[in-house]
Amino acid sequence: MSETTADAHGAHDHHEGGFWSTYVFSTDHKMIAKQFLWLGLIMMVVGGILALIFRWQLAWPETQVWGFEWISDESEGMPEGYVTPNFYNMAVTMHATIMVFLVVMPILVGCFGNFLIPLMIGARDMAFPVLNMLSFWVAVLGAVIMSAGFLVEGGHAASGWTGYAPLSTVPEYSGVFMGQTLWALSLFVLSFSSLMGSINYITTLINMRTEGMTWFRVPLVVWSLFVTAILGLLALPILGSAAAMMIFDRAFETNFFNPAKGGEPLLWQHLFWYFGHPEVYILILPGMGIASELLPVFCRKPIFGYRAMVYAMLAIAFLSWIVWGHHMFQSGMNPALGSAFMMTTLVIAIPSAIKTFNWLGTLWGASMRFTVPMLHALAFVILFVIGGLSGIFMASNVVDIYIHDTYFIVAHFHYVIFGGSVFALFGGIQYWFPKMFGKAMDEALGKVHFWLTFIFFNMVFFPMHILGVGGHMRRIYNPMQYEFLQGMQPMNVMITLSAFALGLSQIPFVFNFFATVFRWNVKWFRVLTQAVSALVVGFIGYKSVAVMFEGLMEPEPSTGGRIVGTIVAIALAVWIYRYLEKNMAPLGADAPQNPWDANTLEWVAPTPAPHGNFGPTLPVVQRGPYEYSVPGEEADWAPQTEPIDPALAEAGH
Amino acid sequence: MMSWLPENISIEGEEIDFLFYISYYLTVVVFIMVAVAMGYFIIKYRAKPGVKAKYTHGNNTLEILWTVIPTLILLVFVLMTQTSWAKLKLAIPQNPHVRVEVTGKQFNWIVRYPGDDGKFGTKDDLVLDNQLNVPVNKQLFIALKGADVIHSFFVPQARMKQDVVPGRTIPLWFTPTKVGKYEIPCAELCGFGHSGMNGEFIVHSEADYAKWRKKAWAEKDK
Repeated sequence: MSETTADAHGAHDHHEGGFWSTYVFSTDHKMIAKQFLWLGLIMMVVGGILALIFRWQLAWPETQVWGFEWISDESEGMPEGYVTPNFYNMAVTMHATIMVFLVVMPILVGCFGNFLIPLMIGARDMAFPVLNMLSFWVAVLGAVIMSAGFLVEGGHAASGWTGYAPLSTVPEYSGVFMGQTLWALSLFVLSFSSLMGSINYITTLINMRTEGMTWFRVPLVVWSLFVTAILGLLALPILGSAAAMMIFDRAFETNFFNPAKGGEPLLWQHLFWYFGHPEVYILILPGMGIASELLPVFCRKPIFGYRAMVYAMLAIAFLSWIVWGHHMFQSGMNPALGSAFMMTTLVIAIPSAIKTFNWLGTLWGASMRFTVPMLHALAFVILFVIGGLSGIFMASNVVDIYIHDTYFIVAHFHYVIFGGSVFALFGGIQYWFPKMFGKAMDEALGKVHFWLTFIFFNMVFFPMHILGVGGHMRRIYNPMQYEFLQGMQPMNVMITLSAFALGLSQIPFVFNFFATVFRWNVKWFRVLTQAVSALVVGFIGYKSVAVMFEGLMEPEPSTGGRIVGTIVAIALAVWIYRYLEKNMAPLGADAPQNPWDANTLEWVAPTPAPHGNFGPTLPVVQRGPYEYSVPGEEADWAPQTEPIDPALAEAGH
Repeated sequence: MMSWLPENISIEGEEIDFLFYISYYLTVVVFIMVAVAMGYFIIKYRAKPGVKAKYTHGNNTLEILWTVIPTLILLVFVLMTQTSWAKLKLAIPQNPHVRVEVTGKQFNWIVRYPGDDGKFGTKDDLVLDNQLNVPVNKQLFIALKGADVIHSFFVPQARMKQDVVPGRTIPLWFTPTKVGKYEIPCAELCGFGHSGMNGEFIVHSEADYAKWRKKAWAEKDK
């Protein structure tokens, strides 16, 4: 970065912006990161509620959804709280669309990308701060258009998040009119937001690394975001184009995808998955990066095979362009293509395997600290392993004949996107929170949140493998309509109960997040936090006992079940209450500059990092990002700005 | 996990199940190895006062090993799968015993049986909604057509699934091996009536099949 811009930024430090330029139309990468975080967390609530609604329908088909009975019987979607088939399809569609485009992408790419890239490479901001601001506000526009779809006549898009044509392009086939068009329009807009972000990330990383920050001293999370940005730069325009074609088909009577008028429905699938498979890696690569970042810090040990990690990510980025056909093995495309796509798909499994083994190598010989971020990173590794291995089944085009479009695939991608990306996301939030907000989230509350989420995540998604093996199709409104599925209904009930528990498990996180951001440390609020967390655990305990006593298909527990359940619930609630009472730190207390004793440059910056990040001079990098427990050094860490004995740093590369 | 697979009723299903088992054992073994290693490391290498972590940047021999070994295993898996895939999808049978045409149309399977002339589109065709009758142990050849949106023809017990695409005729063949009544759910979201789009797949013994044909055409001519 040139001296003049650095000076200009230095001058910014002394100048206090107004409310609008500081919090709303900010060009500061750290504020934009926080804005993306809020956007993602708010949309996560919407996406989660949609999931609970359709899970209710799957467990107790065609009954009133609890809490929604008040809806008028003239409602199209949920008259008196009953889920209609099109509303069900809409909920499934919008759950996925929101989680992918408005939760995981804004948080993992938008928030962490913005926050970490400049701080970790020693830059004062992004290369194009105004473009960065635009990227966020265009994302908000996309979110508003997407949300507007819920309000229009005919309901929101209901043809799956994959929007297969011609169901999605000919309104008469789905009965959805404006909703699907808004869906496509929103994706079109969102693709521009991601595009702007990608251009910014790539330019920033290439041009603005501080002195000494060579490519192989760049932290892995930044590498992952760089690779993600390249994928985004190339993939999002394809989505944008496909979405535009869908809008044309729907609104201007073109016929790209409508076979009744000479169009080609498989063209949509090719376009969608040609975007969609790189997109899968856009969702998981930052998660991999975060795990690679957290593991060395809490193992107090250099990452195992840094370069192998980088090469594996580059290999994934390249290969992700030639595997899209594995989504289409049964689509009716020429089966000879299936063989080629299976081959490439298993090739892409290899870099993922390399990454997993290197994470294991990092754990070997470590000195582990089980903080909340570390727990999430460990969970990421093991859940990603499950998600990766279950992918082998679908990658085999022959096995895929049977399990394609069943719950097996639903289990698979939730292990990758929830077990992988979302666990990394929670771990990353807890880890970088002190630098983002100047306050540290509470570890005790974080542990309660982690364990509940980990347990119920597995209870929700692991049984879905079994449903899939039993042939349970995805996206069906009522499994009881099929004789061969009726025997598996108790499992659907268990999944739904666990899904509600998983939803409740997020309450300690919400309390932790808000209490820390807004410094709500007054006595009554602390008691409320403890009580609510304890109640959540107690309630889940009660329900679990009731299920053990009565089985899954009985709505009301017997007296015995009630008594034992109550005892268990009280015991659990008291335990959690007292655990939190004893272990909760002051909520929202100022965080130290480097609470985790971490090496990377964001911890060299003051907390909270000022506009321009680093004070008058930029840090000069002298060593790699993961030089922990260096022999001969007294502390087991040192910032990247400390010189290192060169013989040591090269050892074992 | 195995016992959750529905009973298999087709020759092709055996092939698919075999590869399913291979994938299952392969992934379970790898998972157990990774999980045990991870669990062991987590217990053994927790922070202890006075003990520093090992200072190592990696090991090239290990990197090569854990690149090459999975590659070899996956290569074998690819070759095994492709042999099956070629058999199941590329070798279109020339003389199947029974030919039918199934059209997916929101939200029904329309099944067209040729009459005694063996040809479709002639007067003696029989058309039934949501009912596919076939003889046991005879190769069945289905021409899949779509009338509106994409559907997916699925017979879980036969392990057979094929998307139905409007504007195309897609071949699907298999040989059912067990007499019985099964279901043909649609496996690709096809609109508000997707759930419940379900046909009957009836596998008759040879004698029953002849009887059914006679009766069905007699009823048709009435």
